Amino acid sequence: MAEMVKKATRESYGEALAELSEKYPQVVVLDADLAAATKTGVFKKACPDRFIDCGISECNMVGVAAGLATCGKIPFATSFAMFSAGRAFEQVRNSVGYPKLNVKIVGSHAGISVGEDGATHQCNEDIALMRTIPGMVVLNPADHYEMKAAVKAAIEHHGPVYLRLGRLAVESFNNADDYRFELGKGVTLRDGRNITIVATGLMVSRALKAVKTLEEQGIDARLINIHTIKPLDRELIIKAAKETGKIITVEEHNVIGGLGDAVCGAVCEAFPVPVIKVGVNDVYGHSGPAVDLLDEFGLNAGHIVEVTKKAITKQSL
Amino acid sequence: MNKTEKNQLQKLACKVRMGAIEGVYNAKSGHPGGSLSAADLFTYLYFREMKIDPKNPKEENRDRFVLSKGHCAPGLYATLALKGYFPMEEMKKLRHIGAMLQGHPDMKGTPGVDMSTGSLGQGVSAACGMAAAGKMDHKDYRVYSILGDGEIEEGQVWEAAMFAAHHKLDNLCLIVDNNGLQIDGSVAEVGGPEPIDEKFRSFGFDVQVINGHDFDEIEAAFHHARTVKGRPSAIIAKTVKGKDVSFMENQVGWHGTAPNAEQYETAMQDLNRVLSGLEAE
Repeated sequence: MAEMVKKATRESYGEALAELSEKYPQVVVLDADLAAATKTGVFKKACPDRFIDCGISECNMVGVAAGLATCGKIPFATSFAMFSAGRAFEQVRNSVGYPKLNVKIVGSHAGISVGEDGATHQCNEDIALMRTIPGMVVLNPADHYEMKAAVKAAIEHHGPVYLRLGRLAVESFNNADDYRFELGKGVTLRDGRNITIVATGLMVSRALKAVKTLEEQGIDARLINIHTIKPLDRELIIKAAKETGKIITVEEHNVIGGLGDAVCGAVCEAFPVPVIKVGVNDVYGHSGPAVDLLDEFGLNAGHIVEVTKKAITKQSL
Repeated sequence: MNKTEKNQLQKLACKVRMGAIEGVYNAKSGHPGGSLSAADLFTYLYFREMKIDPKNPKEENRDRFVLSKGHCAPGLYATLALKGYFPMEEMKKLRHIGAMLQGHPDMKGTPGVDMSTGSLGQGVSAACGMAAAGKMDHKDYRVYSILGDGEIEEGQVWEAAMFAAHHKLDNLCLIVDNNGLQIDGSVAEVGGPEPIDEKFRSFGFDVQVINGHDFDEIEAAFHHARTVKGRPSAIIAKTVKGKDVSFMENQVGWHGTAPNAEQYETAMQDLNRVLSGLEAE
């Protein structure tokens, strides 16, 4: 049993890379002048010969990573999500996705919780962008232990992976270094019969709080943590749709194109039930402290409770 | 290079041009102009310069080639076919459904293609990654990449150039197919990347400007590039778009247009005349 930690997933990412460096000598880490912020600096310190700072040129970084992968390396091309998934989207699609190269694209400082840097840096579109690339695995781990396991899983998966990291420290709800992480498999954190909440990333710990509050109020909500948005664990989602009816999705991402749409896609084909999406409602963010912004945009336990209760009581939505 | 060797290469280059025209004609689409301008460069690289084995296309110590101007795939494919990576017959199926030869190079499906390209500017970065991997693993393979003069209007090319010089990738050799034309007009009119040699020089490259159709100059340039230490090389090869096909030479319209049956006949006659001349030498 390890300690309960409160840590940003970007920190866990840097730690995991350094810890796994010896076991996986093919891993090479690239950054675009943000090593201190994305925490790839930890790897750089451990393995300076396998770290490449590409300077402020994310499109080139993704192409360099592709070239490295053709020579047997496992590159982790890292920058803020806005730049690695956003600015370099076409490079990811054509130089990594199309040739199915073994490159890991890493987007740090994703979502509204970048905070004070404001709208230009708050990437709420990365999941949508990366999901549309054929063959791309999309990972959005929720806490320290899950991130460490996800880094290992990304290394061991042969093919393109997008890994989303957060800037804000989050409380871990998992508590062991041997946390079992299976790519493409959702984790049921709470069983429940009235309704299902499907959450991802930073929002999982917040949804967990919401579920506890709901329980106190007599609402038996199921909570599923989706760390792999693509390929989505359709089986688990459809089972929840069948057993609990309504679904609420919770993500720190635009409600267009993210987890919510992925879940909608799965249930509407197999077992249509109402899906209510909690996320950023197709608007830009703005500057402010991360936690305050999350509150403002309804990305907190209180709002999840509110939405869930409304969904439960209303027959039609 | 002696006269026989040169004649041999010239004949091969002519066959590359014929293969490219054959492919584009059968596909009813594709890019003949740049395939013909780069034909001598392809030929020299694959038949004289690069350490490669068509029987073992993935051999890890081989030299690498990235066609950054991926639309000139017909020229590359014809070269690979002549070299023995696959039968020349495949050219007739270029761009057809289910064919091995895609409109732009696809490393998943075509033996001898080291990188998938087509989106301009991206190949150079991949070539940098291959060269960086070679340095990291202390291997002595070299990485070559042909790019277009219009292509270098893409900013990513210069990100990559900065990267290559900063990381002292002297195992990287870029070749600019400087034919002076792009889709919308002449390179000078449309994007104005000239002077190309000065740009690469200022980015830290060893730069040579050559006639890209003269095998003596091509040979000397690649020989010199191999001796350069501590910085990457750029060879600016002055070429003629549509080279050796009378009605295509220096014509903007032949960037991405397929010849009709009559034009195909004329093009093949032109190239056959060149070939017969070389055979008579």
